[in-house]
Amino acid sequence: MTDVIEQTEAKGGGNPNKLVPYAVLAELTHRCPLQCPYCSNPVELERVKGEIATKDWIRVMDEAVDMGVLHIHFSGGEPTVRQDLEELVAHASKIGLYSNLITSAVLLSKERIQKLADAGLDHVQISFQDSTPELSDFVSGYKNGLEKKKQAARWVREVDLPLTVNAVMHRQNLHHLEDMIQMAVDLDAERIEVAQVQYYAWALRNRAAFLPTREQLDEAVRIVEEARERLKGVLAFDFVVPDYYAQRPKSCMGGWGRQFINITPSGKVLPCHAAESIEDLDFDTVGNKSLGWIWENSEAFNKFRGTDWMPEPCQSCDRKEIDWGGCRCQAFALVGNAAATDPACALSPDRHVLDEPLQEAMTEAPEFVYRRYGN
Amino acid sequence: MTERLVIDDSSTPKLPRHAKLRFDKPRDKWIILAPERVFELDEIAYEVVSLCDGERSLVDVVDVLATKFDQAPREAIHTDVTAMLQGLADKGFIVS
Repeated sequence: MTDVIEQTEAKGGGNPNKLVPYAVLAELTHRCPLQCPYCSNPVELERVKGEIATKDWIRVMDEAVDMGVLHIHFSGGEPTVRQDLEELVAHASKIGLYSNLITSAVLLSKERIQKLADAGLDHVQISFQDSTPELSDFVSGYKNGLEKKKQAARWVREVDLPLTVNAVMHRQNLHHLEDMIQMAVDLDAERIEVAQVQYYAWALRNRAAFLPTREQLDEAVRIVEEARERLKGVLAFDFVVPDYYAQRPKSCMGGWGRQFINITPSGKVLPCHAAESIEDLDFDTVGNKSLGWIWENSEAFNKFRGTDWMPEPCQSCDRKEIDWGGCRCQAFALVGNAAATDPACALSPDRHVLDEPLQEAMTEAPEFVYRRYGN
Repeated sequence: MTERLVIDDSSTPKLPRHAKLRFDKPRDKWIILAPERVFELDEIAYEVVSLCDGERSLVDVVDVLATKFDQAPREAIHTDVTAMLQGLADKGFIVS
């Protein structure tokens, strides 16, 4: 998920030295009935006993608003397993945070959706694993999820909540991309995220099962470009491509510690949801420090903020304040050094580390390692 | 299924339910909040969007602006406002 900042004027305004965060991703829990092998949660899932309380989340939301945060994404795990979700949504609404529920939707009843709408929820995003029941069950490790998701999506639209279909795409379902887009139109979604799997955490373990071939990716680009034009004003598209095929890296999180805050179920505050994969980074928690203090002062947020930390070829690159050196977690995962240039950049001296996975994409897909406690 | 909104003189533009216009103090700007998007408005864009209440037609909006900014030719305002709102409509920030 990405927050996109659009402006009707050139960048700037306000105090250029003070960074104001835009969004908080609140991982309310890591519990989830689904077992998707590309889950963005860490491989070490947090347990229910460590989850912070309702009052802690409420305090954190108050602090976030004071800092200038605009969006709160209630996520997980599966956020609807938390029985205090309505209370948290109501508080977000009261203090003017734009609230988004990121859900698998398999646990949502019509009554619960009505309650969430009444509490002031602004938007719902439902993930879909495929357009067919068979592949949907196979990827999620959950029986009959597709029909439940579609039913929940209809209920969401019945109470007039805007809907995003999050279509998670990879080598095993890209041939259904057109059907996924049509499903979003049929469900009366406002928006579709054609989200190719990003290779961190569980997805990194299962990379060879998910990374598409170049041909598959080119076909997906063609389909999305055609549909985007055909459905202009009907369905909005966000298209995330696997950066292994890119020439330049993605501007991950809009730059480390510039726009985005992730809070884990136990209250750890991270610059992105995968940041714990980087060894030797210390994270503060909302239990001991205020969110504002953490944003400005914590070691983890300051470590890769701005451009001072950058090595060559980033340091002399004219794109250094466009892509911010790419992704720190990817540099750590693939190069073993979080302060290296993201190897997704063609200028990276470590670019060759992508050769092996790209070769694997052409061979038979291995079996999944499903996301579950103890796996 | 929704159809693409084409902005013309009789359109009565407004923000969709899921988009919220508000002033953001830390950034000192008017913004539109939408799912995973923040649209930061400059002064002109704010003048236009704040008039889009679902009651006024495009012609009414242009009339108000032409009175307020009387040094600009009405025809130029009409063209600019139509283009701006069509752009916002195509991104889902304006409905009619």
